[in-house]
Amino acid sequence: MPDTSTPDTTIAEGAYNYAYLDEQTKRMIRRAILKAVAVPGYQVPFGGREMPLPYGWGTGGIQVTAAIIGRDDTLKVIDQGADDTTNAVSIRRFFARVAEVATTTCTEDATVIQTRHRVPETPLKEGQILVFQVPIPEPLRMLEPRETETRTLHALSEYGVMQVSLYESIARHGRISKSYNYPVMVNGRYIMSPSPIPKFDNPKLDRSPALQLYGAGREKRIYAVPPHTPVKSLDFDDHPFEVEHWSECCALCGSKESFLDEMIVDDAGKRLFVCSDTDYCEGRR
Amino acid sequence: MSGELGSSDGALLSARNVTKRFAGRVACRDVSFDLWPGEVLGIVGESGSGKTTLLNCLAGRITPDAGSVAYATASTGTVDVHRLSEARRRLLARTEWGFVNQDAREGLRMGVSAGANIGERLMAVGARHYGDIRGTAADWLARVEIDGDRLDDRPATFSGGMRQRLQIARNLVSGPRLVFMDEPTGGLDVSVQARILDLLRGLVERLHLSAVLVTHDLGVARLLTHRLMVMQGGAVVEEGLTDQVLDDPQHAYTQMLVASILPV
Amino acid sequence: MQPALRVSGLTKSFVVHAHGDLALPVLFDVALAVSPGECLALVGPSGAGKSTLLRALYGNYRADAGSIRVRQDDRWTELVGAEPRTVLDVRHRTMGFVSQFLRAIPRVAAVDLVAEPLLRRGVEAEDARRRAEFLLGMLGIPPRLWALPPATFSGGEQQRVNIARSLIVDYPILLLDEPTASLDVANRDGVVELIRQRRDAGATIVGIFHDPGVRDAVATRVHEVLPPVTSPLASPLASQAGASPCVPKPS
Repeated sequence: MPDTSTPDTTIAEGAYNYAYLDEQTKRMIRRAILKAVAVPGYQVPFGGREMPLPYGWGTGGIQVTAAIIGRDDTLKVIDQGADDTTNAVSIRRFFARVAEVATTTCTEDATVIQTRHRVPETPLKEGQILVFQVPIPEPLRMLEPRETETRTLHALSEYGVMQVSLYESIARHGRISKSYNYPVMVNGRYIMSPSPIPKFDNPKLDRSPALQLYGAGREKRIYAVPPHTPVKSLDFDDHPFEVEHWSECCALCGSKESFLDEMIVDDAGKRLFVCSDTDYCEGRR
Repeated sequence: MSGELGSSDGALLSARNVTKRFAGRVACRDVSFDLWPGEVLGIVGESGSGKTTLLNCLAGRITPDAGSVAYATASTGTVDVHRLSEARRRLLARTEWGFVNQDAREGLRMGVSAGANIGERLMAVGARHYGDIRGTAADWLARVEIDGDRLDDRPATFSGGMRQRLQIARNLVSGPRLVFMDEPTGGLDVSVQARILDLLRGLVERLHLSAVLVTHDLGVARLLTHRLMVMQGGAVVEEGLTDQVLDDPQHAYTQMLVASILPV
Repeated sequence: MQPALRVSGLTKSFVVHAHGDLALPVLFDVALAVSPGECLALVGPSGAGKSTLLRALYGNYRADAGSIRVRQDDRWTELVGAEPRTVLDVRHRTMGFVSQFLRAIPRVAAVDLVAEPLLRRGVEAEDARRRAEFLLGMLGIPPRLWALPPATFSGGEQQRVNIARSLIVDYPILLLDEPTASLDVANRDGVVELIRQRRDAGATIVGIFHDPGVRDAVATRVHEVLPPVTSPLASPLASQAGASPCVPKPS
């Protein structure tokens, strides 16, 4: 985290305030983050700003990162587990320029990791912050369109409807078919969307030593899971939560423990499975 | 505790001087009554007489401008419905109470299966065994005379009468003590009505339910209720035993209502 | 023996608001007392208010004044001005009523309709059903009709279903309004026999028996109901009110 005692007036490249956002905005976002950390899983509204990229490209995550980043930080950005996709590269370069931070692709070296759709395979440690980009922060939205009602449902812990959706999934498909953005109960109180990470990653959220921050730019919500907080994936006693398994291993590093992407490599439909987490995969080769 | 709320000892639900206005117009005025365990109270009157407003006040769905509604809970004594926290009131509404809407679409989740509709109340209070929930849902589907093979079908594919029966099952699955019903057979064909009335009659009796039933149909009132309150212009003009009110109406308005029934 | 039913000062008039609040007096200061083992027959000219009196005793008509007390749980329960639940409790445990007309319920089979009062008292479904079938058989309802809703039955069949429903429970007090009105001789004798059995078993019975033969067979006493003294204006309608349970409709 930056030293907040004195406002940072350095203007990166002479045009922007440090870390792009003005100090007032960063303070407002930090207040929202503090509240989110204090009430794990609760969605805190914040005055989201227009960012120099469209909604859906990580505006929420970038604002959170901008509010917490300082010169001593080392930033890693991943998109679907990869450090080298356009979005990941752009955001990394953005912060290298406006916040003058070191960047890395190595999970262990990073102090702040902004991510879209994955949690790194390498276990996180105390002091690290994982920033999620969230498209739809409200886990009940598909079941209850009214915001006033979803807020009430959260306030009163009335979560029958969430369980109804899982029931319906089993009734239709014989199992809980949801494979990503799988709803979790945080600290036994709030149901939370873990963002569209594969359910494979859900167990990594549970009692993680790293701080998890979630930013939704379009809907202007921030929520958080503080370190060591219990995060339980919803399920039924007779249909317990399970993660994906592959019979194959990674074609590049041979991992049997990581989340694999399926690739079609030729016109004959030959398939290959490789690790989704590029840093993890490279580290094993 | 019941004393300070002005309820009568042993009553399940006690309304005292319940009054509600909408934009200065009185919807119901000074309504007081006690509902006793096992009793089915009918509220009759023409549309606009304030029946539904009163029902919504009783069920805690709208807050009256004056008066109180006391309810004797199963375990925590008598509570003032309108002074409860919203959390407690909603908990009551999905555990000890049921509410059967005239339009089943308002009382059902049209996008999920019949089984999920019935199971929701169970899951809302912590049921987490899919097989058990499904079994209970299937049992209730049979009790409301819907084929078991419709368990995974959505109510959108059901007829009006089936939807209404599903709504009844969805409400009764949690074993409520008090059920509010707003014209439960309104808008249905007569033959479909008869089946639902018969079903409700049997369930109310077997489960020893208490109920408040709003209807404009005096035939429905005679079949299902023990007691009647006749409302006109927001006020109760007559009340008493159902057969006494219908066979020996005292008030001019009630006499007019009874005299207006077409003989079959 | 101490009476089980005591009536005093019972007064009842119908007020027809559609006719300028016209008051039609029917009962005035009626007094009677009936003991267990007695069967009191109400007699009097048509329109005198016999049926009204019987219905007032059952709480079906609201008395204007007076007292109707019923012996229940070794004490007197007042029915005039009583809470609905008090009246319902008396009807549930103590007082049965056989009317001339059956109020059929859609879709409910005759046998279930008859068994219902027993089920309500917590009798096992199988026992209640057996007892209902026994009574229906005794009253000459053929078994092929038992499973059908009585709405389509003949008048006599409906009335016998009604009688079975009222007699399936051993009510200490029975009110009978023309129980044999639309029955043929054979069925009438069956009903008469049932009523006598109840009377001799200690039931307190008040009834209207149009047929003198039936009356002589069951009644132990008669009570004459006289038309009340009415104003000349009201008299043409008074007889109508006495005969019909409903308020006269505006013509």
